[in-house]
Amino acid sequence: MKRIVRIGLLTIGVALLIVACGPGAPKTVKFGVFEPLTGANAGGGALEVEGIKLANELYPTVKIGDKEYKIELVIADNKSDKVEAANAAQRLVDKDKVNIVLGSWGSSLSMAAGPIVKNAKVSAIGLSCTNPLVTKGNEYYFRVCFIDPFQGTVMANYAYNTLGAKKAVIIREVSNDYSVGLAKFFEDAFKQLTGDENAILAELNYNTGDTDFSAQLTEIKKHKPDVIFAPGNYTESALIIKQGKELGIKTPFLGGDTWETPEFIDVGKQAVEGVVFSTFFATETPITETSKVFLDEYRKKYNKEPAAVTALGFDGYLVARDALQRAGSLDKEKVRAAIAATKEFPGATGMITLNEDGDAVKSAVIKTIKDGKFTYMATVEPY
Amino acid sequence: MTLSLLFQHIVNALSLGSLYALLAIGYTMVYGILRLINFAHGDIFMVGAYVAFYGITLMSLPWWAALLFSIVFTAFFGIVLERVAYKPLRDSPRISIMISAIGASFLLESLAVLIFGGRPKGMPVPDVLSKVVYFGSVSMITISLIIPLFTFALLIVLLWIVNKTKIGMAMRAVSTDIEAARLMAVDVNKVVSVTFGIGSLLAALGGIMWSFKYPQLNPLMGMMPGLKCFIAAVIGGIGNIAGAVLGGFLLGIIEIMMVALLPTLSGYRDAFAFILLIIVLLIKPTGLLGKRQAEKV
Repeated sequence: MKRIVRIGLLTIGVALLIVACGPGAPKTVKFGVFEPLTGANAGGGALEVEGIKLANELYPTVKIGDKEYKIELVIADNKSDKVEAANAAQRLVDKDKVNIVLGSWGSSLSMAAGPIVKNAKVSAIGLSCTNPLVTKGNEYYFRVCFIDPFQGTVMANYAYNTLGAKKAVIIREVSNDYSVGLAKFFEDAFKQLTGDENAILAELNYNTGDTDFSAQLTEIKKHKPDVIFAPGNYTESALIIKQGKELGIKTPFLGGDTWETPEFIDVGKQAVEGVVFSTFFATETPITETSKVFLDEYRKKYNKEPAAVTALGFDGYLVARDALQRAGSLDKEKVRAAIAATKEFPGATGMITLNEDGDAVKSAVIKTIKDGKFTYMATVEPY
Repeated sequence: MTLSLLFQHIVNALSLGSLYALLAIGYTMVYGILRLINFAHGDIFMVGAYVAFYGITLMSLPWWAALLFSIVFTAFFGIVLERVAYKPLRDSPRISIMISAIGASFLLESLAVLIFGGRPKGMPVPDVLSKVVYFGSVSMITISLIIPLFTFALLIVLLWIVNKTKIGMAMRAVSTDIEAARLMAVDVNKVVSVTFGIGSLLAALGGIMWSFKYPQLNPLMGMMPGLKCFIAAVIGGIGNIAGAVLGGFLLGIIEIMMVALLPTLSGYRDAFAFILLIIVLLIKPTGLLGKRQAEKV
């Protein structure tokens, strides 16, 4: 009996092998999707994966040279953890042998993958990771979003010009490169705008995963700032704002792109009404033809409004696909050069042109939360 | 520091400390009876919070009914966990059962990721519990007022159960010597089950109170609170219920005051908690209220 089963299985196996290697099978290229699907950043990762998957459904193939290739997504969970992120990236390049890596949400996680894709000479396209160090000195890492020096300046401008703030307090997630970097760029820009070396009254720290911020917030209250800048992961930020309101803090809270996840509103509820943050894209102002396609298809499929990072996921996939077409080959160096040469590519989030660092130069959007929804306020062009 | 600021910090410290104390009681109780450090305590805490969340959102129960449902469910869950993961190892060396506890912890976390999903969820907090009340310039939410009262009430009930009731006597007997207790016709399995039931019930209560105060649920939410209440229990003298409460408050006060006095070092809050643990253990290895016990050979 056992023997029969074994022979049977063997036959099936051989048959499958023949089918898989047969001339009829389409060739595939692999896109590694490198995102946090569990842990503290899972909400953001899931949004980007939505965008990538949507793009994959709409444009499932790519023409390289004169051959049609099927694009296969290999999804790797980096677990919102820098060590796991390095492992996941290693697996993508070594075991899965992906041709291009997309992601990750969270600059720290992308930076963990940096040396790995560089050594393997596999090009990676970051979607919403905004810390300058992701692409700096790494010719294999690109991104389809703007970077934090710009974002920090946008928010400092908003604080100074729109709110008329003269003194600010910063509360940052000290173990998160994105948060620390963005806080620094905000600080520099705000000091320059106010012409006041002491415009930042205090800087307070917390760690990823903390839940109690009452001590830091009581400190902040003591300083009586005009504005509080609180870049950081969405759940921690939502809890900070909620606890701030409970302590009677009425000062406006400002933040960055990471706040645009449904979880931010879900956790913060009424407390996060009226907070203001910068992000990449607003559904209220579609920019290109691709934006229209993206919005229509997304609404049809998910029956809700897309987040900015979802649009970036969509764009990252399209930029990678476009680069493969232009490279006309799967040669790693040619693919790298083709991505670097991306110019005036019409993405859902606007025209994408990569500069010498591999960063996209794009406008920022300022949003607020009104009646439990992310609401568009203004667009800021790159300086 | 002005007086009102100091009062605000003290209020913050007491409300955080009472949460730690609430969790530490369950931890220390299981240890006191079974000499088992239940590493899965933090994960039972997470299960309790999720069950209450689904009680409110899926079954649309009022919050107090969801709370009751969750603690009953979680108490049984704890009993089952003990039967499956710890009971078969009761006569094995201590280290095996501890490893089993760590395994149970990982299993629960991974199962939670599969079943509940890795993305965090917002706990629907009833308005009565999230109202802001002011005392002069000092403010707090109602749940922060309720938690300390709750913790003290539970402390008294537990001390009564352990010291005055028949099952409490059996617990103490099991704690002293399992074999001798069995010879004296104590139903050891029942006593262990009851202990685990109470421990898990306390974990669930802690989890629900925690998520009412910090309304965010994720599968790993029990990890840090689990570690913190372990520290609190050890500082107070593990196995001693009043000690756990003392340790919890102490930990809360030190964490908050550390940020209040040294705001620039606020990122190292957890590090201070662990340093405190080391210092206490160096000076008083049995914890503040712990008694030195001769190791049975």
